[in-house]
Amino acid sequence: MTAIRLDGLGKTFPVRGGDTFTALDGVDLEVADGEFLVVVGPSGCGKSTLLDLISGLTKPTAGRVLLDGTPVTGPGLDRTTVFQQYALLPWRTAQRNVEFALEARPRLDRLGRKARAEQAREHLALVGLSGFEDRYPHELSGGMRQRVAIARALASDPKVLLMDEPFAALDAQTRDGLQEELLRIWQRTGTTVVFITHGIDEAVFLGQRVAVMTSRPGQIKELVQVRLGDRTAEADVRSSPEFAAYRHEVWSLLRDEVTVGRDREVVSVG
Amino acid sequence: MAEIPLLHVHDPAGVNPGRGAGIVPGASAAKGVRAVVAGAAQVLTTVGKRTVAIAAFLVLWEVAPRLGLVDRTFLVPFSDAVRALIELAENGQLWDNTRASLGRSLAGFGIAIAAGVPLGLLIGWYRPVAEILGPLLELFRNTAALALLPVFILLLGIGETSKIAIVVYACTWPILLNTVSAVRSVDPVLVKSARSMALPAPRLFAKVILPASVPTIFTGIRLAGSGSILVLIAAEMVGAKAGLGYLVNTSQQNFAIPDMYAAIIAISVLGLVFNQLLVTLERRLTRWRPAAGA
Repeated sequence: MTAIRLDGLGKTFPVRGGDTFTALDGVDLEVADGEFLVVVGPSGCGKSTLLDLISGLTKPTAGRVLLDGTPVTGPGLDRTTVFQQYALLPWRTAQRNVEFALEARPRLDRLGRKARAEQAREHLALVGLSGFEDRYPHELSGGMRQRVAIARALASDPKVLLMDEPFAALDAQTRDGLQEELLRIWQRTGTTVVFITHGIDEAVFLGQRVAVMTSRPGQIKELVQVRLGDRTAEADVRSSPEFAAYRHEVWSLLRDEVTVGRDREVVSVG
Repeated sequence: MAEIPLLHVHDPAGVNPGRGAGIVPGASAAKGVRAVVAGAAQVLTTVGKRTVAIAAFLVLWEVAPRLGLVDRTFLVPFSDAVRALIELAENGQLWDNTRASLGRSLAGFGIAIAAGVPLGLLIGWYRPVAEILGPLLELFRNTAALALLPVFILLLGIGETSKIAIVVYACTWPILLNTVSAVRSVDPVLVKSARSMALPAPRLFAKVILPASVPTIFTGIRLAGSGSILVLIAAEMVGAKAGLGYLVNTSQQNFAIPDMYAAIIAISVLGLVFNQLLVTLERRLTRWRPAAGA
């Protein structure tokens, strides 16, 4: 079944001088229910715009986003986002930050205080943060903060988890660890994930499919099916020849786009 | 500030969720005593460091008039001022005047908070309003409140109203401007994340904007607090029948010089206490913030 369908999706922004800037142009994409899809593209290709459109934070100027067949008209708790900058409320403990997502529902179908606390605890346990409930964000490492953010995003039991370069600010080791953790969580929850990154290794390691985007205006250039099996079961998938092959494939697709983008930048500067 | 004790064990690696779980029972008693002694010594050093300059100043104040370095008639030794202060306290004058001043400055301060914070939140939330009103507010803030005292007296008479009004005026601008900038400088990522959770605007305001603004708003409140006393004392010197400013002024006119210094000491103590109260309150409200320098 299709969870998300993007139908000729386009987004232009007005810029100074009356011109328009085309961030996305005619994006068609289908994400299956429970799929882990990674979108990778050169910087400035409209990856984040794509995510904002799915989350409903911005409205498309062309085409539409369908969620389970219904057009998206605004933000909703059936889609939650994990941001690169964690976006945790610094005055709330880890526990209370996770509860925040549960407080966002309309009053009628909101859980009681106790049930919220219980659910928040469960989700902190899911991301391996039991025992850290009472820590404030500034008392946690970057990796732990992002775990809290993931717990918060999952706490409202969304259909779709949107991730906007969530591990880009972390050091390599923490990132590798969190990638494996994320796959494990995904396997357990079965949530549909749309993950945005500019890291090729990350894309190949995480994605069942990798959507490679063109540089401005953003379009889906190619969809790469990644058949690596269960990444968390094997010892070191990242050093296998299959991984290297997929890595090279995505890299080649991206290289042309990066060159195109750079040339254009030189032209616009000169 | 630097003397905040380290309440939280930083454990960024996340190895040790149960804090202090690794203490060996046998060695802990001796270690504990040593820690207490070291702690006490540290407290003493801190207290010493923080009082040495004040002590030196008071000694100078005491000694300079006694040695004839300054005219004793006009600058009485510190001990004489303290004696006068005790006398004023005993005959009730100190309390009466303090109460008069405190009542006015708290009334003005309270009105300024009640008006400035909600207004600031509104102005800050609606960006165009902030852009239009910003320059005017800046102009008002930079108009010395005391310059307007004659205007207030003309419009409101010489009684309590004009004095409270000038305190309100002096307190409003720092509170208002800080609240506006607090709302405007809320981390946009927090707002975006709350919006993506479909949080309706009123709850977004209550749960994100307001708590995120508290520290900056409080800076304004603290500025206003010291300003309220400053302006009031001056206003009381111009026309009043009670108050610490009045006490300073009449004592000087009646040549009760020790009383004058006693009133001045009372004013500084009042200001210090007021500020300390606000600092304590601020710390309670912003406990979630990392200690400075951390």
